[in-house]
Amino acid sequence: MSANTVAITAEQYNYDIVKKFAIMAMVWGLLGMSAGVYIASELAFPFLNFDIAEITFGRLRPVHTSLVIFGFGGSALLGTSYYVVQRTCQARLWGGKWLPEFTFWGWQLSIGIGVVLYMMGYTQAREYAEFVWPVDLGILVTWVAYATVFFMTIRKRSQPHIYVALWFYLAFILGTAVLHIFNNLAVPVAWNSFESYSLFSGVQDAMTQWWYGHNAVGTILTIAFLGMMYYFLPKQAERPIYSYRLSIVHFWALTFLYMWVGGHHLLWTSLPDWVGSVASAFSILLLLPSWGGMINGIMTLSGAWEKLRSDPIMLFMITAMAFYGMSTFEGPMMSLKSVNALSHYTDWTIGHVHSGALGWVAMITIGSFYHMVPRLWGVKLYSTKLVFTHFWIATVGIVLYIVSMWVAGIGQGLMLRAFDQYGNLAYTFVETVTFMHIPYVVRAVGGALFLSGMALMAYNLYMTVWGARREVVPVAGQAAVAATRV
Amino acid sequence: MKHESIEINSALLIILTLVVISIGGLVEIVPLFHIKGTVEKVEGVHPYTPLEQLGRDVYVREGCYLCHSQQIRPFRDEQLRYGHYSLAAESKYDHPFQWGSKRTGPDLARVGGKYSNEWMTQHLIHPQSLVPESIMPSYPWLMQPLKYQDIEARMKALRDVGVPYSLTKAEYEANVKKFGKDMADQFVIANGIKSVKAEAAAENWDGNPKEITEMDALVAYLQVLGTMVDFSKYNQGYFSTFR
Repeated sequence: MSANTVAITAEQYNYDIVKKFAIMAMVWGLLGMSAGVYIASELAFPFLNFDIAEITFGRLRPVHTSLVIFGFGGSALLGTSYYVVQRTCQARLWGGKWLPEFTFWGWQLSIGIGVVLYMMGYTQAREYAEFVWPVDLGILVTWVAYATVFFMTIRKRSQPHIYVALWFYLAFILGTAVLHIFNNLAVPVAWNSFESYSLFSGVQDAMTQWWYGHNAVGTILTIAFLGMMYYFLPKQAERPIYSYRLSIVHFWALTFLYMWVGGHHLLWTSLPDWVGSVASAFSILLLLPSWGGMINGIMTLSGAWEKLRSDPIMLFMITAMAFYGMSTFEGPMMSLKSVNALSHYTDWTIGHVHSGALGWVAMITIGSFYHMVPRLWGVKLYSTKLVFTHFWIATVGIVLYIVSMWVAGIGQGLMLRAFDQYGNLAYTFVETVTFMHIPYVVRAVGGALFLSGMALMAYNLYMTVWGARREVVPVAGQAAVAATRV
Repeated sequence: MKHESIEINSALLIILTLVVISIGGLVEIVPLFHIKGTVEKVEGVHPYTPLEQLGRDVYVREGCYLCHSQQIRPFRDEQLRYGHYSLAAESKYDHPFQWGSKRTGPDLARVGGKYSNEWMTQHLIHPQSLVPESIMPSYPWLMQPLKYQDIEARMKALRDVGVPYSLTKAEYEANVKKFGKDMADQFVIANGIKSVKAEAAAENWDGNPKEITEMDALVAYLQVLGTMVDFSKYNQGYFSTFR
């Protein structure tokens, strides 16, 4: 790309829209994780519900999940996908100024309105698809606009090849659209009511929801973030991706297999056994492409391992890959019927989700942002030392979180199935609740540590953009600096 | 065909990706609507009465499903703790399903009839007054008046998605045949408001006979959970033929 370096200026690419998404990702991330720490504290100390309807656990939990998945994760993905598609296609974002701008406001408003409505008691009661139907429609319109901008930018690319990262972003866009549409089919109570009833009921509704639910994880939290990884990890490592062939194989395997595994959330339920069995089998198979991605990411650094000592951004990215590998091993294991019998309904699942969400999704995003934000604004990162500090706070936080949830989940699972010598249940349900108090406290501390790491990052990025720019701009000019950084 | 031909053709890449992501869902979800036996043949399961449905809407609003499952698995400990494992038929009128995914509190699929109305009400207002170790939030605001003016719109919407609430004489007759006259009368959409009032008056749900509260509706809903099927009528092993 060096031949084009001089020609590329801030005007050639639409960085403005990427900046906006990046800022909102940080805002939603801080808010969403604060909500997470708060609801975790409510479970440890229930007086924190304060008898206020709007902040009880049941209403605040979707606020947490929606803000971190769609607010933080979604904004990070839309933003980075706009960044990556422009740079790898060497083409300015399609749609002029206003269509990308529309996707920004459509996305942010949908999420903002949606979570306020949760607190007011308006929800579809479908996990990770709690947004009420008018918000769902807003998301749909935004998504169509987003897909159009993205596809059309690819079409006007000046490179013949569509870069690997874009395949993943593309599968994310298509998959999310399909999932969102079918899982949110519902009939409103009235045209002016936020409430609606789902089109399907009972067992079919359950299967549709978990087909969606697991693929919110698969398509958004995995495939899309792999797109992010395929651009930013080689960029930061300054090395080509380890195996192009591996990326082809694991892309198709992953996109195909993920859509089969939702049923493992419904093992041993009224869902017919055949669906659960198929879902379990595919879950085991999924280990292969998942680890293919992990190996491809981690091995990209082979020959340059010393970067792990000197470059904390690399440390974030490689640790993210390690957590990705860990949780994609844990997942198939938990979808074995005998393991699931114990783990299902317990905090083990919550811990598993967070080893993926904090360890993989958040860490790869954090690494990518530390790489991208200085380049967007054409400045140097304010402090590398703070990135190191962030890394260790975050890692300790995740470890506390996961371990406490293993203790809570496996402990509760074992207690609930324990019998005394006469064949009676050994524990009442509430005894397991008492047992989980200490793990719940530790989990809240772990979450708070991770959140404080995010606050540190926000400070570092703020200083990078608005603190340090004053020193740089008068010297070289923003555009010129951006050019040298390609 | 070389993979490169996909890498340089965006339309082909989009189409192939769409095909690949569609297969799993099609194979696993579509048959559930067609294979007989996915939902068990069993007597007694009926739509919720208008008051119960309004209670269910409160249950949905407060996000109860985030801590309570409504799905008992076929294990010995669950049998002892909660009762017979859940049937698909028992949630066939549930829009949306509320099976849940987490038990921070116990399963509620068969909570109906296990506690008195008085206990339920007291527990919802202040759980720790009955179970000191509980970490459940208090729900004192459920004692506010229930909004039931839109019950007919709700029943109509539910009818649109397949719940047999009746608009016509023929639908009513069919309901009488299927659920008996008492039930069928309550499923008449035009009688929605009347049914809510009658059911709220018929039983002292929340200890406050003067007013129809959200508590009345929620307790009515909780008390019907898991009580529709009389399992003593079926041989052991009958339901396993459907799994």
